[in-house]
Amino acid sequence: MEDPLALVFLTAAATLRVATPLILCAMGGLFSERSGIIDVGLEGKMLMAAFFSAAIAAVTHSAWWGVAAGIVAAEAMALLHGLACITYRGNQVVSGVALNILASGLTIVWGNAWFHRGGQTPALEGQGERLLPLFFPRAGDSILVYLALLAVPITWWVIARTRFGLRLRAVGEMPLAVDTAGISVAWLRYRAVLLCGLLAGLAGSYIAIAQNAGFTRDMTAGQGFIALAAVIFGKWRPFPAFGACLMFGLLDAIAIRLQGVRVAGLEVPVQLIQALPYLLTVFLLAGFIGRAVAPRAIGQPYEKEH
Amino acid sequence: MIRRPLPAWAEIVLLPLVNIALAFVTVGIIVRIIGVDPLHALVLLVVGAFGSAESIGYTLYYATNFIFTGLAVAVAFHGGLFNIGGEGQAYIGGLGCGLAVLALDRYLPIWLMIPVGIAAAALFGAAWAAVPAWLQAWRGSHIVITTIMFNFVAAALMVYLMVNVLIAPGSMTPQSRNFEPSAFMPAMGGNALNLSLALALVCCVAVWVFLWHTPWGYALRTMGHNPEAAVYAGTDLRRMIMLGMCLSGALAGLVGVNELMGVHHRIVLDFPAGYGFAGIAVSLMGRNHPLGIVLAAVLFGALQQGGAELSFDIPNITREMVVVIQGLVILFSGALVHLPRPWLQALFALRRSS
Repeated sequence: MEDPLALVFLTAAATLRVATPLILCAMGGLFSERSGIIDVGLEGKMLMAAFFSAAIAAVTHSAWWGVAAGIVAAEAMALLHGLACITYRGNQVVSGVALNILASGLTIVWGNAWFHRGGQTPALEGQGERLLPLFFPRAGDSILVYLALLAVPITWWVIARTRFGLRLRAVGEMPLAVDTAGISVAWLRYRAVLLCGLLAGLAGSYIAIAQNAGFTRDMTAGQGFIALAAVIFGKWRPFPAFGACLMFGLLDAIAIRLQGVRVAGLEVPVQLIQALPYLLTVFLLAGFIGRAVAPRAIGQPYEKEH
Repeated sequence: MIRRPLPAWAEIVLLPLVNIALAFVTVGIIVRIIGVDPLHALVLLVVGAFGSAESIGYTLYYATNFIFTGLAVAVAFHGGLFNIGGEGQAYIGGLGCGLAVLALDRYLPIWLMIPVGIAAAALFGAAWAAVPAWLQAWRGSHIVITTIMFNFVAAALMVYLMVNVLIAPGSMTPQSRNFEPSAFMPAMGGNALNLSLALALVCCVAVWVFLWHTPWGYALRTMGHNPEAAVYAGTDLRRMIMLGMCLSGALAGLVGVNELMGVHHRIVLDFPAGYGFAGIAVSLMGRNHPLGIVLAAVLFGALQQGGAELSFDIPNITREMVVVIQGLVILFSGALVHLPRPWLQALFALRRSS
């Protein structure tokens, strides 16, 4: 039997480890969605970032170049999303879906052409090529975990307390008002989308070079959608979204421990716990748990009158 | 310079072709980047897809799935509903088909078993789409998010059922027992192609009749164009949302017929393999019209089959190239659909002034 204190510590650490990419990604999604741009493509951005961070880390033997490459890759995807949704006023959901499918194909095609390992990148060595735990080797507390924790208050502060944040919220609710005040709707939204790319890039890099040692096909495995669910579950606010990420992380962390455990004579299916984030989000959206109200102008391209 | 609107023929024919051309030029550039001559790859791909009776059979077998999911996206889209849940609806449709077969294949003759299997697939697919539809119609939750979430729920449910309930006794891999031959969809030719293709074509005609020649189709399209006008015309939007989504889900569910009764002859994991998402590309490329969808589906089927052959010949190109192409088609024909319009407008203005 394990020491209960150690069990609590390890479960908390595991929760945080799983929640880190969700938190980073959710904060990114929050910026984008608060500016009125739906981001279904978080998953694709993370996947692209995961691939390029692992590939560049393997080639340069430097985790930091890996992180930089991950950010650049996610930003490229974010720019494409911005181009489609802001400049060309395309359908934001369609654009997000396109980016997801593109990422899941391109990472494997490029990975295979580059490394000839069926889409995987070479395994990263511990020292230098990966981001290793800073203080507690068993907890896996790499620097990005702390950065994720820091990202939450920063996101809150930027959105709630700065001039940029005020305008960002305004552009997500009523872009016409912002435009009338002489502020560029497009430039504001581009900045929001780029911030989203930055954070999703960090999230993807974390998955590939901190949590794991290299890229494997489709390794983000729906975490971008869980992050999106967390944004909605947190009703588009940073701290509640953070709470949702922790809850979803905890569910994931205990899913492994709950395997084979019986509650009232019935075995809890692991798949049920895995599906819970999605089910809970659907329940929330249906108005069964409080009410989630999206930014009013979300999903609508802004057309400036000439 | 004043930008005049494009002539109708350019809007309907030229602009979509330019969009698709842009997608394929981008594919060519990507193929070039990974060090393969795009023209050489194209030749191999076309031969791989249409070079023999066998390859044509496979192309059409893949196209069958694309027709089902393409129609599914299109029907919902005409109602202004974006159904991203085709993947999950196909999965659950397959479950329904499989359950019906496992329950009845020892008792029913083939001419009864097959319609029952088809009906079960459509019913389960429709039911899986009905929940997000109901949530949108009565509870106001957005269909895009709920259908995405339901894809994951469907995947989790299927893994649970396959591993714990439906797994054949003594089987190491999660798959059901084999179907009896009475549940085999009759083959057309020697390989995977089966009568599901005929079913898909019947669905195309049915969707065309439904959308453009019935009052319900009219009401659905009105809702898609202008919900307020539809309400004014006396349409019950809630019922239309349910109808549109259930039809959409039923069509997606029929993928299960082609895959399980047609080819695998048992329930397996992950058989929708991205067809649900690809349906978005098919529908966009086919401009949400059944005829366009058939053409787009054959193209995607050819890419799937030709791409598989291509990956044997050129190891640098993997099968996932097809996924890249799907993504690019959705990007250029969907999200960036307005991109080439100013270019064409400038071109037409030039022609007028000269």
